[in-house]
Amino acid sequence: MTVRSTIVEQFQEVAKEQKRKLAPLTDGLALLDSGLDSLSFAIIVARLEEVLGFDPFNAGEVVDFPLTFGDFVRLYETASATR
Amino acid sequence: MTTVGNLPGSSFYSVESSVALADLAQASTLGGRLEELRGASVVIAVQDQLTAALLLIELDGVAGRIVLCPPDLPDHHLTEVVRTAAADALVHDGSGVEPDALGAVKRIAASTPLTKTDALRRQSVETEWVLLTSGTTGAPKLVAHTLASLAGSNARAPTALEHCVWSTFYDIRRYGGLQIYLRAVLGRVSLVLSSAKEPVVDFLSRAGAIGVTHISGTPTHWRRALMSGAAQRIAPRYVRLSGEIADQGLLDNLRSVYPNARVVHAFASTEAGLAFDVEDGKAGFPANLLDRPPAGVELKVQDGTLRIRGVRNANRYLGEAAPTLVQSDGYVDTGDMVELQSGRYYFVGRKGGVINVGGLKVHPEEVEAVINTHPRVRMSLVKARKNPITGAIVVAEVVMKGDGGPAPDPGTTQTLTQEIIDSCRRALPAHKVPAMVRIVPALEVSASGKLVRPGA
Repeated sequence: MTVRSTIVEQFQEVAKEQKRKLAPLTDGLALLDSGLDSLSFAIIVARLEEVLGFDPFNAGEVVDFPLTFGDFVRLYETASATR
Repeated sequence: MTTVGNLPGSSFYSVESSVALADLAQASTLGGRLEELRGASVVIAVQDQLTAALLLIELDGVAGRIVLCPPDLPDHHLTEVVRTAAADALVHDGSGVEPDALGAVKRIAASTPLTKTDALRRQSVETEWVLLTSGTTGAPKLVAHTLASLAGSNARAPTALEHCVWSTFYDIRRYGGLQIYLRAVLGRVSLVLSSAKEPVVDFLSRAGAIGVTHISGTPTHWRRALMSGAAQRIAPRYVRLSGEIADQGLLDNLRSVYPNARVVHAFASTEAGLAFDVEDGKAGFPANLLDRPPAGVELKVQDGTLRIRGVRNANRYLGEAAPTLVQSDGYVDTGDMVELQSGRYYFVGRKGGVINVGGLKVHPEEVEAVINTHPRVRMSLVKARKNPITGAIVVAEVVMKGDGGPAPDPGTTQTLTQEIIDSCRRALPAHKVPAMVRIVPALEVSASGKLVRPGA
């Protein structure tokens, strides 16, 4: 699975668990409009760390917080490539 | 504290040996050097629990102060204890005490077997009993009690009418264990001592063979006993829990394993002493207990924590920089948070243990209580996991029942973790539900029989 597809899967699973209607996941989707709350994002980030083995927010350097779904995926893809 | 006189059949039982209490009148664990310690501050730093049990009887009423050190106290803590307690003497059993660090303190080797002595033991002093409790920095705090505050009403308890043999999973040098030791000694009944090195299965077999009728431990001790498969080698009439929150799942479990026993959970702390017992089979305590507490005890809830005032309180902490033990209103703040629900107070956790999920508070213990109701769960530990979005999220480690066998296949594990998360979701608001659940073979337990919590 690619990083992107792993992320998509986690977004979908967590949305289902948290009983939230997930907006279609396009790169331009603003995360605030995704239908998910901060708790959902927190869970997604934690689960991605388990699955992918890293947390890009905790990489040591200051991280620009992703605003869109595309930003989020790029953040993880970059972190994955530089490991 | 007198134990002399006719005490037929009343003994202390340890793993290797037993001592009849009737023999103690004419015997010394101090090699006959008791008089040297009259009025002195004495630190008991022995490894062997039975030796400690005998020293307490011998020194009470003679020493001015007895400081009860748990086994394996690191040398640097022992040095600190000796200094804070202004010790005149230290009793050891030959293991691991570095003499140079202790300066002018007199060192006495405990003698086992006991030495015969003809001297009649004269009690002239109200001995101060000092227990150690772990502070948040790891250095022990010294809590000063007297026998009266430790024993409370037990000091005047009549000798048990029915045959009674006490035991405890605790080391008797900890508050919970010391309570049981005092019940046995003052009630003149036998006591089966546990041992840190003895596997639970062996302890239960030994206790069962001796015929233990009354037994006490922490909820974690009890979960391990249930997990050992040997729980039914004992047939107690009285099962007691203290030291940690007794959740409903465990209480129900114990009632089904010991259907003929009274199952009682007690609230106590080293500082506040014993406050009350609950015997109605339910976790927490009825709200009206605050208005109708047991004799000698006053209870209140303030700022969310339970506070206790009464004859069982310790006096103070020893030491110059010691914090206040008793608040200005005379109450000891236990630091245990309680919540009122439908006329009953439930313990939700330690004040310092709160997990903050995006500003919303979670007590690990309240989540554990839900997880522990799952029929396949033996025990659980809920912790904070750092999170860049909410600061922290809740995660759980779970020990399943029937462990010791081969690890379950991934399919089973996933079903179990999903079931656990689902049951949390039904019982708790979203931020309290563990984001992840991991099945583990075991959880770390402290020397005092409690689950080790991060940062505790």
